Amino acid sequence: MIQQNIAQELAAQVQQAFAGKQPLRITGSGSKLSSGRAVSAQPLEVTKHCGIVDYTPTELVITARAGTSLQTLESVLAESGQMLPFEPPYLGKDATLGGTIACGLSGPRRPYAGAARDFTLGARIINGRGEILSFGGRVMKNVAGYDASRLMVGAQGTLGVLLEISLKVLPRPVCEHTLIMDMDTGTAIAVMTQLANFALPLTAACHLPATPQQTAQLYLRLSGTEETIMAAVTFIQKQLQKEQQTLSVTEKKNGDGQADAFWQDLRERRLPFFTDANRLWRLSVPPATPVFTETLPGECLLDWGGAQRWLKTDAGADTVQAAAQKMGGHATLFDQEGATLAPLSPALIKMHRQIKTAFDPEGILNPGRLYEGL
Amino acid sequence: MQTESQSVPADQLATLFRQFLAVESVLSREEERRPYECDGLSVYRQLPLLVVLPETVEQVQRVLRICSEHKVPVVARGAGTGLSGGALPLADGVLLSLAKFNRILGIDLQNRCARVQPGVRNLAISEAVAAHNLYYAPDPSSQIACSIGGNVAENAGGVHCLKYGLTVHNILKLEIVTMEGERLTIGSDALDTPGFDLLALLSGSEGMLGVIVEITVKLLPRPEAVQVLLAAFDDVANAGDAVGKIIAAGIIPAGLEMMDNPAIRAAEAFAQAGYPKDAAAILLCELDGGQQEVVTQVEQVKTVLQDCGATEVRVAASAAEREKFWKGRKAAFPAVGRISPDYYCMDGTIPRHQLPKVLAGITALSEEYSLPVANVFHAGDGNLHPLILFDANRPGELERTEEMGGRILDLCVAAGGTITGEHGVGVEKINQMCHQFSSATLQQMHALKAAFDPAGLLNPGKAIPTLHRCAEFGAMHVHHGEVPFPELERF
Ligand SMILES: Cc1cc2nc3c(=O)[nH]c(=O)nc-3n(C[C@H](O)[C@H](O)[C@H](O)COP(=O)(O)OP(=O)(O)OC[C@H]3O[C@@H](n4cnc5c(N)ncnc54)[C@H](O)[C@@H]3O)c2cc1C
Repeated sequence: MIQQNIAQELAAQVQQAFAGKQPLRITGSGSKLSSGRAVSAQPLEVTKHCGIVDYTPTELVITARAGTSLQTLESVLAESGQMLPFEPPYLGKDATLGGTIACGLSGPRRPYAGAARDFTLGARIINGRGEILSFGGRVMKNVAGYDASRLMVGAQGTLGVLLEISLKVLPRPVCEHTLIMDMDTGTAIAVMTQLANFALPLTAACHLPATPQQTAQLYLRLSGTEETIMAAVTFIQKQLQKEQQTLSVTEKKNGDGQADAFWQDLRERRLPFFTDANRLWRLSVPPATPVFTETLPGECLLDWGGAQRWLKTDAGADTVQAAAQKMGGHATLFDQEGATLAPLSPALIKMHRQIKTAFDPEGILNPGRLYEGL
Repeated sequence: MQTESQSVPADQLATLFRQFLAVESVLSREEERRPYECDGLSVYRQLPLLVVLPETVEQVQRVLRICSEHKVPVVARGAGTGLSGGALPLADGVLLSLAKFNRILGIDLQNRCARVQPGVRNLAISEAVAAHNLYYAPDPSSQIACSIGGNVAENAGGVHCLKYGLTVHNILKLEIVTMEGERLTIGSDALDTPGFDLLALLSGSEGMLGVIVEITVKLLPRPEAVQVLLAAFDDVANAGDAVGKIIAAGIIPAGLEMMDNPAIRAAEAFAQAGYPKDAAAILLCELDGGQQEVVTQVEQVKTVLQDCGATEVRVAASAAEREKFWKGRKAAFPAVGRISPDYYCMDGTIPRHQLPKVLAGITALSEEYSLPVANVFHAGDGNLHPLILFDANRPGELERTEEMGGRILDLCVAAGGTITGEHGVGVEKINQMCHQFSSATLQQMHALKAAFDPAGLLNPGKAIPTLHRCAEFGAMHVHHGEVPFPELERF
């Protein structure tokens, strides 16, 4: 079937569901089932709607159908020396572009380059009435009408079925080096905070907690031209000395399999830290937030230069949520039930319901995926 | 969504406001209201019913609750530098100025962000943190005057947004008050929030979803080194080509601006920037990063420019010369203002490779309407500012200018672009919205507005046209023989 017809066919299915008030579960490859709550409803298969619609590398914009596999998309970009700057987690080899944008997940590069939403320029969607709508566009700067395309990012399909997405892309850095140093958490936070005051070519910063086999370590990734990185490495070493951190730094150069695998495993939550956790918290907090083991005892891995913290703790859900909120952020729990997001204030929940109703009056699109009743 | 104002007498309303606002914060006399009758697009003027200048969030809430109760529409206003009539008052409405919200509430150096009130000027933020080697990245040319609240409402850009993003990319959190007077916190001090991305939705919403009463902006460290190149071309197409080639070389310049000959001449006469006056186009390319990195990139870019047929390439020899290169570009609007009684600034964005075609189209329109055009172009991100020169005192010339402007925007849409890159739709481009979006999409936008403002009282009539308006407009502009909005009955 030609793609045009697939979109029409999907719209017809949504129209029918709208008429019959029949909830739908939008299904791609299933790689991100654990990124939200389970939805029990009739599936709406969207992976057939795939393919790249438009890509002119010098425009730094790519438009593709939502069912396009992320792998295909990234390899097409790589052929032209470009990339998706937000380093999207796949969480499954068949991950689609639609699922990636719907879940709005971003990898280690996020604090330095931006998130999935930051690179989203436009979206074609089917709303809960089965109407095909287009928001935003295929150009980098566009303020015509409300930015409903970015609103789709992270909405996990509760506002619309993504059909087509336009993204800003960037050139791939020519080199990448990874610095690894032994360091405790408190020092790592201080170092990351200190370094963030300088315009360095940092593209990832992660701190691993100590294990019986390994002391705690800070990983920094630098990207750019060889000379840019060399200058930055020298600068960082000087800064560390100033902070009396006269320690040994291991440097892994471009294309080092081990370093590349580390960042990929971090992005995919495949590091040993993640694999033995059946109850995992993600805290999104201001990056310089101090160590919080006193309030929230447990093991903690820092990503995003300190702004994303993965925590294994026995503390109760209310305690974790309250602590995260006090720090100026929020917490998400990942367990067998999928992901449970931080509760919203009553005023915000009301606003969310009204927005949901505006897009999906019968509440048929992925109901309950984000929150009960949304 | 029409507002049914019950036309409460202005004096009655003023009395209600004066119960909690100082006398000088409620302006009712005509001469007091006069300064608020227009924004930066002064061809549209309208005196508001009343002007209020609250200074606390609580006062904003009370103003909005009273207006909601009496069904009086409200228009928020920052510094009034908007170029699309977004802050144009309504005859039966209250103009809510945020001018008294002018304080920087806190600077968090550890997390590199600042909490500011909406009336703070864009540049004041960078000035306040300069001593810490930090700055707020989005730098609209109006940055000495425009307010950060207005920047969020318009999702303002600047010459550095190709590399550093627009307003939406540089804010973390907003405090807003809805038309019903309810206060909401949107976003957080962290990099994301659970639920819908309302922070993105509010950015560029033109004061129609909520009144922004506080903003937390991100701050960035200043780059170590900066350099600017100026290249002259005897053919606009070559200059356009060079832009694509720089990007194809894997370089993202901090700024990449183009001006055509009429713009060059005007800017040179005004600012004496040393621009080559007979060039068909010039490109200004700013590179930033580490010392050595910038040196290398300057060489790379120089080669690209020369290969693309640049007739001259200059590299600024000093910080002073860098300033001078930029001075002409930054003064382009006032410069054009000096050579013509009036000018009208358009704001379309196009895919960059369409530039030669769109410029040719603009030249043809310029001839057809006998109205000269100077083009200033944020070339890096495809945002085109054709400035149409006209004289509003000549009968009919403004109308012809607007018509020509509308056709330029149609060209942008036909080229795969958009009618506004950064200035917003406001009242100015509302008809062109009918060309860019389908009726179903426009209806969805109205539904979204109703989610925030069910009574349709906050800045009504701006940005999103009603379908009836589109039908009326479409009746005058039938495209390709198709009648737009067939689902609406004709009148
Ligand atoms: C010479 C000149 C150069 C310019 N250059 C640029 C440029 O390079 N890039 C660019 O993007 N723009 C540019 N502009 C346009 C303008 O400066 C921006 O749109 C700016 O963001 C408007 O800010 P303001 O405070 O003046 O807002 P106003 O004009 O007062 O208002 C603009 C809109 O925002 C709403 N609004 C204002 N404050 C609030 C608030 N607190 N809460 C809710 N809604 C609010 C208003 O209702 C209105 O719809 C330029 C303008 C001029 C005159």
